[in-house]
Amino acid sequence: MNNSNFIIELSHISKSFGEKVVLDDVSLYVKKGEFVTILGPSGCGKTTLLRILAGFGTADEGEIKIGGADITNVPPHERPVNTVFQRYALFPHLNVYDNIAFGLKLKKVKEDEIETRVRKALKMVGMTDYEWRDVNSLSGGQQQRVAIARAIINRPQVLLLDEPLAALDLKMRKDMQMELKEMHKTLGITFVYVTHDQEEALTLSDTIVVMSEGKVQQIGTPIDIYNEPKNSFVADFIGESNILNGTMVKDKLVRFMGQEFECVDKGMGENAPVDVVIRPEDVYIMAKTDSGMFEGVVQSCIFKGVHYEMLVTTPNGYEIMIQDYNAFEVGQQVSMIIKPSDIHVMQKERICNTFEGSMIDSTHVEIMGKEFVCNEQVGIEGGEKVEVEVAFDKVELMDNKEDGTMVGDVRFILYKGDHYHLTIRTENGSNLYVDTHDVWDDRDIVGIKIQPEDIKIKRV
Amino acid sequence: MKRGSWSFPYFIFLLIFVVLPLALIFLYAFQDAEGNFTLKNFSKFISSPEAANTFVYSIGVAIITTVLCILLGYPAAYILSNSELCRSKVMVVLFILPMWINILVRTLATVALFDFLRLPLGEGALIFGMVYNFLPFMIYPIYNTLQKMDHSYIEAAQDLGASPMTVFTKVVAPLSMPGVMSGVMMVFMPTISTFAIAELLTMNNIKLFGTTIQENINNGMWNYGAALSLIMLVIIFATNLFSDSEEQTNNEGII
Amino acid sequence: MKKFFAQAYLWLLLAMLYAPILIIAIFSFTEAKVLGNWTGFSTKLYTSLFSGGVHHSLLSAIENTFIIAIVSAAIATVLGSIAAIGIFNLRNRQKMIMNTLNNIPMLNPDIITGISLFLLFVSLGITQGYATVILAHVTFCTPYVVLCVMPRLQQMNPNIYEAALDLGATPGQALRKVLMPEIKPGMISGFILAFTLSIDDFAVTIFTIGTEGLETLSTYIYADARKGGLTPELRPLSTIIFVTVLLLLITINVRAQRAQKAKEKELK
Repeated sequence: MNNSNFIIELSHISKSFGEKVVLDDVSLYVKKGEFVTILGPSGCGKTTLLRILAGFGTADEGEIKIGGADITNVPPHERPVNTVFQRYALFPHLNVYDNIAFGLKLKKVKEDEIETRVRKALKMVGMTDYEWRDVNSLSGGQQQRVAIARAIINRPQVLLLDEPLAALDLKMRKDMQMELKEMHKTLGITFVYVTHDQEEALTLSDTIVVMSEGKVQQIGTPIDIYNEPKNSFVADFIGESNILNGTMVKDKLVRFMGQEFECVDKGMGENAPVDVVIRPEDVYIMAKTDSGMFEGVVQSCIFKGVHYEMLVTTPNGYEIMIQDYNAFEVGQQVSMIIKPSDIHVMQKERICNTFEGSMIDSTHVEIMGKEFVCNEQVGIEGGEKVEVEVAFDKVELMDNKEDGTMVGDVRFILYKGDHYHLTIRTENGSNLYVDTHDVWDDRDIVGIKIQPEDIKIKRV
Repeated sequence: MKRGSWSFPYFIFLLIFVVLPLALIFLYAFQDAEGNFTLKNFSKFISSPEAANTFVYSIGVAIITTVLCILLGYPAAYILSNSELCRSKVMVVLFILPMWINILVRTLATVALFDFLRLPLGEGALIFGMVYNFLPFMIYPIYNTLQKMDHSYIEAAQDLGASPMTVFTKVVAPLSMPGVMSGVMMVFMPTISTFAIAELLTMNNIKLFGTTIQENINNGMWNYGAALSLIMLVIIFATNLFSDSEEQTNNEGII
Repeated sequence: MKKFFAQAYLWLLLAMLYAPILIIAIFSFTEAKVLGNWTGFSTKLYTSLFSGGVHHSLLSAIENTFIIAIVSAAIATVLGSIAAIGIFNLRNRQKMIMNTLNNIPMLNPDIITGISLFLLFVSLGITQGYATVILAHVTFCTPYVVLCVMPRLQQMNPNIYEAALDLGATPGQALRKVLMPEIKPGMISGFILAFTLSIDDFAVTIFTIGTEGLETLSTYIYADARKGGLTPELRPLSTIIFVTVLLLLITINVRAQRAQKAKEKELK
């Protein structure tokens, strides 16, 4: 990457706290004046990334440039960035004026200039005449405005915002979103905004960076991210969606829910396993007719303000979420149509669990740091490195963690219409993917067991 | 903020003025006057009936004082914390106020009171003086826990059909136990280790363990004095194990 | 009815707590050498307390007490505040060790602290006097300062320090302009606590004051009481101390309550 049109260049940033990898080779390039949102669930590493950008944390590996200058080892007070903190972090012993003037006073700016700039900043955030108020007597929204004024008065090249609206109530949040967007336009400063609220990200950003488990999942415009999610995580995290297992029969023809559908995707090869994403508002629902593409029975119907949200089961046992302006009665027979362009097909990242392991003896293999019993292997010696495959649906999960060969916790749950696809983080930090019909909750601790005959071993 | 090293000067200070002196008590306790290793100091304590008797007597006085302080202090703390019975915060201040007056002044005042009432100094005066001196230290921590106690527990118990008596025995009393425990620590410890108070309250007729230690140190019997101090330390340590040593948190906010 | 008994109980207990002090206060206004004899109202004891002369040693004991208290409270506040910031930033094991060490002087009975420091000074061959008393007082006061400052650090929004750095403050400036004002209330109450602990102390002082004739108020009273009689001037002195502490505590509490009420009102 050349340094001409990027104001922020984060290259190959990695960071661990002890054993835990928080950021895993993250790269991000931001154009001048862009409004970039880093979006992800809590614990995905987004705040850590922002703190590294601000200088409050250091990366174990990687390089950070702002405006072309390498600032990897520059302390926070010398960086051309300012931060708006999640819990505002206003100085409680200073009044509104002194809080906002803090940065300028440090730079020894002349008193009368400070005064004009503070007034301007206050006007900008709509807090004129609040100069002499005690910050502790302000409401959450007002404190946030002061925090923003305190940051932008220093005319930073980049403004970092760490979930700035998370502590506000819904109405206030909506108002502030609009104001932030307006402010971004007027100031022309690059905004880097961290949030876990996908709606906020879609509303505000020029570019969204979706993160999960310390990795960047997708970078794109809000429209791209919504319409063309790169993988099932992004599809599930952004908006509501039906995610189903499917097979790409050939170009422009995909098979899921036991039947074939026309689609617009191609180039995945024949009979390739894929994930199919259908947004609930993209399914057309009507009373049972012969012209429908598939049929079902309404299981539930809930009024959501603008639309109704319905769950429909198909005769072969799939559950589909549908949003429509018309309500259908529970138990009613209905028909559905999906346009080819609304069927989003994604290459599967994996079709089964694969591990590097090593044989202990002919009937025992070590994978994920644990010893598992396997069927007798002829011709593979103890100590030999092997490749091990375990199908998603061949992993047993148990409530009682003592019953399993090993223990893990549920990190991510994806509903696939007729079963759940879970990501389990095991004791040694590797991921295990499981298909199950049982209901588990996020962060459940489970015992893990695999039958010997389900452990498929291959020589490397 | 990477200022962990700022604790270093204090760490050195604590080593020199806390850890080293305590080590010296150990050292002296196991040495004779010439500096040779010996257990003589301890055998002297066990074999001398006077010192051993004083020791047992001191523990007795400390226990009686502590029990009396609980019996007198708990109801007071309960009333003070109950807004229906006592609304004035000034009352609380009045109760903790004596804590801030020099203990010797308070003791002399007790002597004066007994003189004034023409009562003889002695055991009675000793116990009265001890209770008088340390009662606020019992009331305050109990008051503090009762005060912080979530009132909805009591309402929940009432809601579930508990009588006022049951509410007290099953809810209030168990929940205030931490306060009682730190009160016990704050009364028992100083009572067992005081020396001047007993002297003044009994015209030097009754000796407590603290007095014995002080006399030995004053008379140059450092090794024996150190051994006796070590024995007291063991007692304190044992009492400490009983309670949760929560009293620091209750100490805060006296000001 | 219940309330009546409760109130009666409290007043009875208060009467017991205050009777001795009241007696001293009453008899500070009469001239009799022996307490209990009323020889008519007089303020002579008050005037002779401050006129020096025979009781010069009492006045110098008071002076010593205050000097020792101010110096050791000041040292303890500085040492304890720096230590609190340090301990706050330590991790796991080191933090635990420091907290345990910090607790020892508070859990130790005074007599043990006194004797252990006495043994330290004599084994190092240090002559006991002003310096040793102050060192001893710093030893038992500093842990309380640490305990007063620590909650301020814990309650502080950790982003505040970072916000200062973010706005261009060097670590030193951030410390002075943001961290210090935040922990100041803790430092002040730590100082007051250390000051009163020092003034009150008797057990540690007596073992570390040496034999050079240095007296604090506590050791003076003790020596005086041991001689059998009680210097009559101690009665007005005790009364003055008592009234001062009473006024001080009531003002502090009333002000604290008013401030709280004002804050509650503002929030509404």
